[in-house]
Amino acid sequence: MSTGTTKLDVVVSDVVPVNDLVTRFHFRRRDGELLPTFSGGAHVVVEMRDGERTRLNPYSLMGSPLDTREYTISVRRDDVGRGGSLFMHRSVKPGLEMVISYPVNLFSLDLRAKKHLMLAGGIGITPFMAQTAQLAGEGGNFELHYTCRTASLGTYADVLRERYDRRIRLYHDDREERIELDRLLSTQPLGTHLYVCGPAGMINWVRDRAASLGWPSEAVHFEHFAAPQPGLPFDVTLAVSGKTIRVGEQQSLLEAIEAAGVDPPYLCRGGVCGQCETNVISHDGKFIHNDHWLSEEEHRSGCKIMPCVSRFEGRSLVLER
Amino acid sequence: MAAKTIISRPIYGTLSPQPGKHHLFLADAEGALAIVDMARTAPPGFFDGAEIVFIPGPDGKHVGALEALKPAQFHQAPSFASLLPRLKQTLTNAHMGLRLYLAGTEGLIGQAMQVALEAGIDHTSMQTEHRGSLARRMQCVHCKGITENVTTQPATCAHCGLLLLVRDHYSRRLAAFQGVCINAEDRSEIPPIEEAFP
Ligand code: FES
Repeated sequence: MSTGTTKLDVVVSDVVPVNDLVTRFHFRRRDGELLPTFSGGAHVVVEMRDGERTRLNPYSLMGSPLDTREYTISVRRDDVGRGGSLFMHRSVKPGLEMVISYPVNLFSLDLRAKKHLMLAGGIGITPFMAQTAQLAGEGGNFELHYTCRTASLGTYADVLRERYDRRIRLYHDDREERIELDRLLSTQPLGTHLYVCGPAGMINWVRDRAASLGWPSEAVHFEHFAAPQPGLPFDVTLAVSGKTIRVGEQQSLLEAIEAAGVDPPYLCRGGVCGQCETNVISHDGKFIHNDHWLSEEEHRSGCKIMPCVSRFEGRSLVLER
Repeated sequence: MAAKTIISRPIYGTLSPQPGKHHLFLADAEGALAIVDMARTAPPGFFDGAEIVFIPGPDGKHVGALEALKPAQFHQAPSFASLLPRLKQTLTNAHMGLRLYLAGTEGLIGQAMQVALEAGIDHTSMQTEHRGSLARRMQCVHCKGITENVTTQPATCAHCGLLLLVRDHYSRRLAAFQGVCINAEDRSEIPPIEEAFP
């Protein structure tokens, strides 16, 4: 169960190919009512019934928060991933009934900011679609820098340019265009907040530069959904529920726990929100921590694990759940 | 250092050098010593990008100690009110990356914080250190007048003359503690007045 969120019964109202890699999906409520309000940066977890398997993937809502007749998400196809995005691309068609979570926002705008500086990489553009729509509606001060591999893979770049003109700056990798990050960060007026969403490397680069240029961490926001990494299968004992289960190669620990009929809390399924934190009772082996939630010290202590993205290699592992 | 009593009561820390190239220090009286102490742990060249604004106490001490740090700019002011226009100007023109350090009395820290908040600096990202007098800036909840440098409990409102209990309730917006009439039932009842915030 996703903590604090109930589910929404929706129907796929439209499926729109955007470019070679990205497809957009529209959802409406099956009962025809309005969907719950959300704020820019929110995501929903989409449940995919893929034969025997239920996949749960988080996607940012990209429509305007001012219009809740439908929700829209954009999914980038990942041919070597664990299959969720492929399922969306291949099997989700208009008319399909699906279940999604209520929106949760782990990447919200700080509305006290005097200015919002946004940096997007690739499919990391989606939360900014909603945030810019929200800010434009409120007359907010923002500037968006968007890097993509090629112009044709600049998902929604044309839409954004059309809507916001000069407030959008584009950078294309194939033309060797790079964000002049240090200059950009050093010339922002006091009271600017920075938002970054994109590949892990980009997020780390931006956070690093911002910190060394004197940006306080409170003004730097980032969102990175780490997809669970595959790895060697391993066995886990769940002390409270008294079950011993096997985590498959392609399965996350969280998915295995769910498949065993235990209902653990989660929100992001990407190692950033902290909801799924679980106590380790004993272990003999090594953890592969992939989360951004626990501190390094906690990682080393071996007392906690984030089952949505982290794995284990070794002889035995007992978790509290 | 002031004790933590209730939630709105500000908690101060110890100044520590932050990463970045631009550092703005604001201090009064003994607050200078917090800067001098911090300077011991600052990386070489740290003060090359620093501006220190100082309000010396009545004894005029510590000016030399601050000058010896060789900040890029050093500026003295007789009171907070007199440096306010300059501070506002500096913050209006400043860019992200400017770090703010406030040291000295609660009145100074609170008022400077108020201006900085308005300029868009989050209060959690300012460095503060309380030094010297515990004197409070107090707002009378009855007439709304602000009395500076309150050191006694109870204290007399400088505006309406009511005898006020100085509470720990602190308003970040006003940078002041709340003072509430202590003898509202019987104004002739005068409790002993003690030095509470030396
Ligand atoms: S569900 Fe968010 S960290 Fe695991």
